[in-house]
Parts: sequence; structure tokens; C-alpha cells
Amino acid sequence: MNRYPSWKYLIIAVSILLGLVYTLPNFYGESPAVQISPLRTAPKADTVLLQRIEDALKKANLPVDGMFLEAGGVKVRFADTDTQIKARDTLQSLLGNGYMVALNLLSNSPHWLTSIGALPMYLGLDLRGGVHFLLQVDMRGALSKALDRYSADIRGSLREKKISYAGLDKQGSQITVKFRNTESRAQGKAEINKTYADLDLREENVGAEFYLIANIKQEAQVRIQSSAVQQNITTLRNRVNELGVAEPIIQQAGVDRVVVQLPGVQDTAKAKDILGRTATLEVRMVDEGRDLEAALRGQVPFGSELYNERGGGPVLVKKQVVLTGDRITDAQPGFDNNSQPAVHIDLDSNGARIFKQLTHDNVGKRMAILLIEKNQAEVITAPVIREEIGGGRVQISGRMTTEEARDVALLLRAGALAAPMDIIEERTVGPSLGADNISRGFNSTLYGFLGIAVFMTVYYLVFGFISVTALGVNLLLLVGLLSILQATLTLPGMAAIALTLGMAIDANVLINERVRDELREGLSPQAAINAGYERAFGTILDSNITTLIAGIALFAFGSGPVKGFAVVLCLGIATSMFSAVMVSRGIVNLVYGSRRKLERISIGQIWKPTTDKR
Amino acid sequence: MEFFRIKRDIPFMSWGKYTTTISLLTFVVAVFFLVTKGLNLGVDFTGGTVMEVTYTHPAETTRIRDTLVKMGMPDASVQNFGTARDVLIRLPAKPEMSSAKLSETVIAALRQDDEAAELRRVEFVGPQVGKELVENGALALLLVSLGIVAYLAVRFEWKFGVAGIIANLHDVVIILGFFAFFQWEFSLTVLAAILAILGYSVNESVVIFDRIRENFRKMRKATVNTVIDNAITRTMSRTIITHGSTQMVVISMFLFGGEPLHNFALALTIGILFGIYSSVLVASPILMLLGVSRKDIVRPEKKEEVQALP
Repeated sequence: MNRYPSWKYLIIAVSILLGLVYTLPNFYGESPAVQISPLRTAPKADTVLLQRIEDALKKANLPVDGMFLEAGGVKVRFADTDTQIKARDTLQSLLGNGYMVALNLLSNSPHWLTSIGALPMYLGLDLRGGVHFLLQVDMRGALSKALDRYSADIRGSLREKKISYAGLDKQGSQITVKFRNTESRAQGKAEINKTYADLDLREENVGAEFYLIANIKQEAQVRIQSSAVQQNITTLRNRVNELGVAEPIIQQAGVDRVVVQLPGVQDTAKAKDILGRTATLEVRMVDEGRDLEAALRGQVPFGSELYNERGGGPVLVKKQVVLTGDRITDAQPGFDNNSQPAVHIDLDSNGARIFKQLTHDNVGKRMAILLIEKNQAEVITAPVIREEIGGGRVQISGRMTTEEARDVALLLRAGALAAPMDIIEERTVGPSLGADNISRGFNSTLYGFLGIAVFMTVYYLVFGFISVTALGVNLLLLVGLLSILQATLTLPGMAAIALTLGMAIDANVLINERVRDELREGLSPQAAINAGYERAFGTILDSNITTLIAGIALFAFGSGPVKGFAVVLCLGIATSMFSAVMVSRGIVNLVYGSRRKLERISIGQIWKPTTDKR
Repeated sequence: MEFFRIKRDIPFMSWGKYTTTISLLTFVVAVFFLVTKGLNLGVDFTGGTVMEVTYTHPAETTRIRDTLVKMGMPDASVQNFGTARDVLIRLPAKPEMSSAKLSETVIAALRQDDEAAELRRVEFVGPQVGKELVENGALALLLVSLGIVAYLAVRFEWKFGVAGIIANLHDVVIILGFFAFFQWEFSLTVLAAILAILGYSVNESVVIFDRIRENFRKMRKATVNTVIDNAITRTMSRTIITHGSTQMVVISMFLFGGEPLHNFALALTIGILFGIYSSVLVASPILMLLGVSRKDIVRPEKKEEVQALP
């Protein structure tokens, strides 16, 4: 009656083992490390870089605890933070600006654990310290920028086709073009319809004036807004790289919001400054008349600078800036007339004018497009100007794969924000507070657990001890599961761990009380165990599902810390049902199940109302 | 050990009149304070800036206040919390000033006044975020309630669902009443605690409902009164022990969890106490009031018999 088939024990054993393995990394702690990742301009991380780092650290007499190559960079582990900071300075000066050298924390768990994906729980900012920003993208700003672009483009198109119009106005969310007569309006309408598929056109007559009113189509608005958010995220990512933060989080939250989390950053002023800064793009002419060889030898001619072209050789570029990235309104990857990968760039009206002039004057010459980031310039491309380019639509092609075209488009867009952003939420947690919060959460769980353990063992004796064991398994599985899922653990999450412990004992109490009940009714111990577990199960299920409903709703509508709380609550309910029903039954079966003659079980005193029984 | 030596079923249901009156009274009082005093909403909801500053020596709050007034922030609140060295500064949201920069200006001024000032935590929340949180919180509360009613209606019967949710919303209102009366800060974590309580407290009622259902099947001739009394009496020991152990953890949280978990633990404590009360003395009388009977539970068996006929 009270024996489990071996497969059930197997399930229990496997889950406990998995729980143990995945909980383990949390005990190893973390050690200070330095993370080196190459920026775009530097060669990719490889064994050569690894060797350089090793040599440099050896020379500087800095003991290394371990180092390894990863996708996207090298990580070096140190024994203490002192060495870590010295090493960072050494490496930064050795490697120069091409690399990002950031302080980091690395899990101390042995390699075999890491290789099977057993990582410690991911701690939230309130536990590790750092800054959290919630930024709101100004969608109206994005649309207004797009509208500006369209006005300039329409103006250009009409002028180009020699269609006469009396005026063009941007009002709110629409563009109004005034015409003198219906014929020119019809012409204009046809032209705009042909070129700008994203605009809705409407005719209106006011007095003797003929208006054409253009609105951005709904679907185009959505597209503009979502690409604005995407572009802002890309830009933010580029900027955050400058901070040298390890593991920053930059994510879209909702339709128009971006979350930026910078673990370990204390200098919020600097963080804000950098988030608000712009990487710039410049168009300059290539200085072709000069001696490149001499320049390579170090004699750079006056008024010029020597740069490396992306995927090409060195080029001499004039210092004079013709056009800056502020003029770029959009850049998209695509194909040119010969089906070669290309990048299409949109310039604003002023930019278009300058660009037209520039290309008009310099047909047959090369122009260079430079990206300046972190005070470092790189020539992205230096194409030959084949003809005058008007209308503000520029196409860069030649020597590009589709992937490169996408990259360049991204880079061109990355410089500036597509729409203004506001910080609408900011949370900063100091590192000492983070450490305090961890110990607080840990202590409240520990003492709560101990209190329950003592009471349960005293009140229910052996059965109580079994319950406590099951509770321990529950804790193990919960922490293991949180580590596997890499859910972010926050202080409310730790509170939820403690709370689920208190609630998890409910299932055990239900079972134990039920077993006592059955004994009171006069059932034999074996039958009482069986009936107790069976009957309690329905109740446990019902009561836990209602709590689960609350947990799911919390998860769906909560944000930040509340969400963390909800995740732990839901997982905790799942693990506690498993441990209370399967694990504790398993142990009870092991202890009592095989005894044929079971006289009494140790579940504490069973008091029977002898007198006056109903 | 055995705490509960109950010879006869306790006649909980015959006290129905009194308990319902008490419940109604506490409920009205809670609503009264909620309306007159309102909740002391934290920065999460109202928007604004909260800064936690710590000093190496006991902080002089008056001096800090003076510094803030000199900076043109007379409406800032400065108070000690936790230890004498920790200070909490609240600055209401100001539309004319970029609030994100506010904290920097303030801490710079405090440092100038006293080198020892160390910024431990800054929270700035924009007003629109707070508004959304209120909406989402209310929506979550509504959804939890509906979900629970639906589940109970499916698993038991609609009367159980209604009784359960009334009892538990009564708990929630009373917790809110406490927060309004004492003007404890109502933060996001407190909201989480309240929603957790909603689930937890229903849990409580479900255990009793489960027994009632079982009793209806077993005690065929007993009156509804006896059935419910017996169900409550028999689950009494479990109720007390479970709540005792949960409370043990919550107390541990209250004592060792520090300031951030203080109000969270407080809300849970009130929730647990009223959870016991409401599931025993509110949910069950309402169930009787709704006219629950054996037919509600035992009905399906009859149907099967009918279908079994050729």
C-alpha cells in the first residue's frame, strides 16, 4: 500500500540531483574579473590577443586566476579587486582605444559546472548595485521628424518636376501644399502619389486656393515609430559601450520605452551624460593629390589626416568637414540598379542641398564617410562620385556584401537618436546597499526556515522531520530552477522565496493533520498514511491553484520588482507541490512502507475525544 | 504534542450574526479611513524622487533640511530611517526641473555641506509611470478576483466562489484601511504583498470549502449548519499551524529583512490574521447566506444515475 515503484524514486532522485547541481554555482560566489572586448575598429578577439594580454599581465607582475577566450572577448579572473583594477589600467594602456576594458564579476564555479550551463542566479540591480533607467521615446517627436523629412522631399520633388505650387506648410500631423490651380494640383498629387507610398492625400478647396493635404498612413506611422525605438536602442547600445560596463541590459519595454540597466555603475552623472551623447558622422573629401606613401611614413600633409578605410587601405582625408551626421535622417540597406548591395541614405533638405553642390563640383573624385566614436575616426567607405546627386537620397555601393550594407546602414543610423528621449524612471542602488539586501533576504529566509524546522519536528516528530526534509528539497529545487531559468532575482524575489517556504509547509501540515485524523478514526497506521496523503492531495491542488492565479496575474501586470516576486511565487508553488506530495511521500514510504506489522507511527500525540463522542 | 483538544464541534455558524456585524463594522471603518485619510502612496505611484543618504556619523536632519531650503526645495521631506546615520529625502516631482538631474544637484550640495554624505540609493519615478502602475495594480486585483471566482465556481459551485471572493476582498480592504489609518507608506512591494495575500487567503477558504464539500457527501443527514461547523472545527488545527508557520517566516522577514521589507511584512501579517478570521467567520456565513445546500454538491451523482437508465 505504501510503496513507491522505483521509477518514482528515480524521478525524485534525478530532480534532487539536478537541483543540487544547479544550486551549486550559487555557493561558489564570484571573483573580480576584467573583460576585454574589441570595438568595431579593432581586430576580433583571438589567441594572439590572449597571448598579448597574458604577456602584459606577467610583465606587470599581476597574478592571474584564470583567463579564457569567449565569443566577443577575453575574460581574465583575479584574486582580489586590487589586482583587478591594476590589471584594468595596465590592459587599457596596452590595448589602447580599440578595446573596451571593463570590470566584471565572474562566477567562481568550476568549469564543468559552467559548461553544463549551471550558472548562479542572476541578481537584480537592488542586490548587486547599479543604475536603472527607464527612457521614454517621444513618438510625436519621431513623427514630426519624419514629417519634416517628407516636407523637404516633397518640395524637392515638385521643384524637380517643375510643378508650380504656392506654398508648403507642416501643421501638426499633416503637410499642406498650396496650389494655384487644379491642374497643377492634379500633377502634384500624381507625382507625390507615385513617389511617396506612405502618404495619404486629400484635396481641399479654401476660397480661391487649392490645397493638397498629406497625412502619414497609419501603418507607416507604426513603422516609423517602431524603427525609431529600434534605432534609439542601437544608439544607446553604442553609447553604453563607451562606459565599459560589463553585461549592460538595453531592452525595449512596451511600445515606446527602453530600459537601460548598468550593473555596478556608481557614477550616474557620467552614465546620464553618455546616454545623452551623440556619436557623429562626417563626410569629407579624399585628398587625392597628395603623396600617400609619404604620409604613411609619417609626413601627413597639412590640412589632411590619415585614416584606414574599412576593408581597404589607408586614405588621406581632408580636414574640412563638408557634411555631418546631423543631416542624415535615415539609412537603410538595399540594392542598387545593378542588384549590388547598397546603402540608401536620406538627408534633410539642407543636407540635400549641400550634398548636391558637393557632388556637382566633384564628379570623378572620391569622398569619404567617417564615423567618429569615442574620439576615434574610421572611414566607413570612400566611393567615387559618378554624378551629381540631388534630392537628398544618397546611395553608397560597391565592395559590400549584404551584411556589410546592413552594418553600414546601422552605423549610419547609430550616430543619432531617431527621436528625443526622456528619463522617466531612475533607480540607483549603491553596492553596499546591494550587499546588505542580499544578507537581509538570506537571513530572513534562514531564520524563518529554522523556526519552522524546529516547530515541525517538535510537533510532528518523525513526520515533522520528513516535512522539513521535503521543505529543504523544495528550497533546493526552487533555487536550482531560478538558476536554470536565469530569472532575475530581486529583493522582493528573495522575500517571495521566504514566503513560499512558509506557505509550502501548508501542504505538509494538511497531510500530517489528515493522517492524524485518520488514525483518530481508528484506521491502521499504514491505511492512515495512505488515506491521509490521498485525501490531502485534492485540497493541496485546489488551494495552490488559487495562489497560482494570483501569481500569474502579478506576473502579467507587475513591473520590475513585482514581476520578480511573481516569478518566484509561481515557481515556488510548483516546487512545493512536488516536494510535499512526491518527496515527502517517498520518504515516508521508505521509512514505514516496507514494514508489514506497523504498530504505531511517529506523528506526535493523537488525542481522541473519549467522552461524549458525537 | 497536540494543541487542539476539541471535544465537540464549535458552533461557529450560530455566531454568524455577531461576526457579520463585526466584519461589516471593520469594513466600514477601513473604508472610512481610506476615504478620509487616503493611502500614503510611495514614490512608485506618485512620481518624484527619493534619496537614501548615509553618513558616517549621526545625521543632522535640520541641517540637511536647511541645505535643501537654500537650494529652493522647501517642500522636501527629510527623515531618519533605520539608524540615526541614514536619512531619507523625498522630493516631489517638479515639472519645471529635469528631475533626473535633481538627485545629482542635491547630493552635490549635501557633499559640499558635509563630506561624509554617501548616496546609497536614488529612485526617481516620472508621474506617468506612477499612473500606469495604479492602473495595472487595479487591473491585476480585478483579474485575480475574477480568476479565483471562476476557478472556485468550476471546482465547487458559484456560491463558493462568491463567498470566497467577498471574504478576501474584505481582507484586502482592511489591510488598505490599516495602511491608511497609520499612514504607512504604500509602495510597489506592499501591493505585491496584498495580491499575494489575496491568493493566500483564498487558499485558506479553499481548505475549509474542501471539507464542507466532503462533509456534504459523508454526513448525509446533518444540517448545513453542522456540516460547516464540523468542517471548520476539523481543519482548525491545520489552520492555526499553517498560519503560525507562515507568520514565523513573516516575522523573520520583519526582524531581519531591514527597512525595504518592513511594510511588506507588515501587510502580510495583517493579511494572515484577517485571512484566518475571514475564511472562518466571513466566508462560511456568506456561504450559508447564499443558501448552500447538499444539492449543490451531490447533484452530479444523480445525473449519472439518470443517464445509466436504458
